[in-house]
Amino acid sequence: MRIVVPVKYVPDIQSDRAFEDCRLVRDPSEGTLNELDEHAVEAALSIIESLDDDARAASDVVVVTMAGPDADAAVRKTYQMGVDRGVRISDEGLEGSDYAGTARTLAAAVRRLGDETPVDLVITGMAALDGLGSVVPVYLAAELGLPQLTNASELDVDTAARTARVTRDLGHVHEVLEAPLPAVVSVSDHANQPRYPNFKLIMAARKKPVEEWSLADLDVAAETVGESGARTRTSRAEPRPPRPEAEIVVDKGEGGTALADFLIRNELV
Amino acid sequence: MTNRTVLVLLDTPATALRSPALEILTLARSLGRVEAVVTESPSVQTLAQLGSHGVELVRQAELPSTLGESAHLSTTVAQVLAAAVRAADADAVLLTSNFVTKEIAARVAHDLDAGLVVDAATLVEGPDGRLVAGKRVLAGSWDTECEITTDVSVVTVRSNAVVPATVDQPVETTVEGFAVDVAAGAVTVVERTVEEIDDAGRPELAEAGSVVVGGRGTDGDFGPVEEFASSIGAAVGATRDVVFEGWFDQFVGQTGVTVTPRLYVGAGVSGAPHHRGGMQASQVVVAVNNDPECPLFEIADFAVVGDLADVLPQAAAAIRAHKES
Repeated sequence: MRIVVPVKYVPDIQSDRAFEDCRLVRDPSEGTLNELDEHAVEAALSIIESLDDDARAASDVVVVTMAGPDADAAVRKTYQMGVDRGVRISDEGLEGSDYAGTARTLAAAVRRLGDETPVDLVITGMAALDGLGSVVPVYLAAELGLPQLTNASELDVDTAARTARVTRDLGHVHEVLEAPLPAVVSVSDHANQPRYPNFKLIMAARKKPVEEWSLADLDVAAETVGESGARTRTSRAEPRPPRPEAEIVVDKGEGGTALADFLIRNELV
Repeated sequence: MTNRTVLVLLDTPATALRSPALEILTLARSLGRVEAVVTESPSVQTLAQLGSHGVELVRQAELPSTLGESAHLSTTVAQVLAAAVRAADADAVLLTSNFVTKEIAARVAHDLDAGLVVDAATLVEGPDGRLVAGKRVLAGSWDTECEITTDVSVVTVRSNAVVPATVDQPVETTVEGFAVDVAAGAVTVVERTVEEIDDAGRPELAEAGSVVVGGRGTDGDFGPVEEFASSIGAAVGATRDVVFEGWFDQFVGQTGVTVTPRLYVGAGVSGAPHHRGGMQASQVVVAVNNDPECPLFEIADFAVVGDLADVLPQAAAAIRAHKES
């Protein structure tokens, strides 16, 4: 069984995030593996671990990321959890890709991995903490022509029957959906508790290489990705004026009254 | 006003339209001629609402009955919208913004090779006639504008981005059926339940103009949070930790409900990245916390260092007194 997990290297939310020339600045020293992707990795690893020994020996989990070399830090983080193989797709021609271009590139990588060994599942996190769009998994399923099982708070894969079943709670709608494998699944942080890396894996991850692919390695037309393929263009990005210092009141018995005054004064009640 | 045709997907046509739908109808009207798209019969009340928002035509999809519950899948609704875009020769599709509608939007944008913007706060016509969507990003620290460069635009619009307004002269609304041939896909709906929204109670968290969130600092006692929320007519939510503890059922955050109210009040909420991802577009942020170092204070407009169990009831009493005066 082969499971592919697309992951994203995102700016640390605690760092000073900014745009330059209408693109998000990706400072190599301040990036991190998108937190939700750890849940996708955990889901993939635990499915493989549920297989019998022979099937397990013939299985692997491959992470794929589309980014510059800095993103190796994110791939290594997944190695520390137990991922077998990591691919980074780097190409100047990918800069400025929108959701569609990103999904198209990731889909091409999944197809290439599938040419080696059939891919049974693609598992992603349900959103990335930088863009918060949570639409790339949908595009990815559409590009691959596979069933989409998105925003899963529970995921059960029946490896014998070759089906995946997800539970999702979206506002007021509760759903249980099922599809045959191969399928594209996106998981929420309810799906599992990501494991902590053990010492052995941490040491091994340091030396483990990350494969680098470029657009030339993928079956994707260059004009359909990157800036030239994008259907949206960020035309303006401006920092908001710094927030005025918060008005801070230390409660000495009248904090509630002060809060009420603030709300009344600003016509918020 | 241009000769653009804008389609609006209605979330709850069978009952009545809720504020987010009325908001996007209002926004759509500023961009061109508006038509509504539904997958079930609109109620009398919905038709009246559409009339007072100047919508003359509702396109109702007629789906094969064999679809069953699969009619609700995002992939199905996306096919309905794509068919409606072709039938109406539409230039833009507007949807409300939640996890379900974003899936539908992504799928229809993919199928139509259309540009997509999700969670937009503004949508206007740019200098060259293209649509330009604005949104606030990176924990509310940057404003961005995104131009859609394709002929068809798909946009999801966040709640409370515009104030719903009716037209001066209500119009007659007609419903026109159109057959959509959707084959059942590979996904089976094993189970589907929809919880009724109780409008007698508090406002809906995802669409409320004011939101009060209780965090770990409540220690599981939501009494003060509820009391304060009632005094200002706000919706109540929690943080992810609190829901994991079983103290409350709905959380605001990156993977929970996204809120975009005029007023957000976080009580006993530290302001972890996950939570901020779900409330960063709030207009006014108020924090009440014992710990003056908590990250929520960094993005607050007003903050009280104190025990929420003291501060909130006192504030609620003062607000009630003000309202009665």
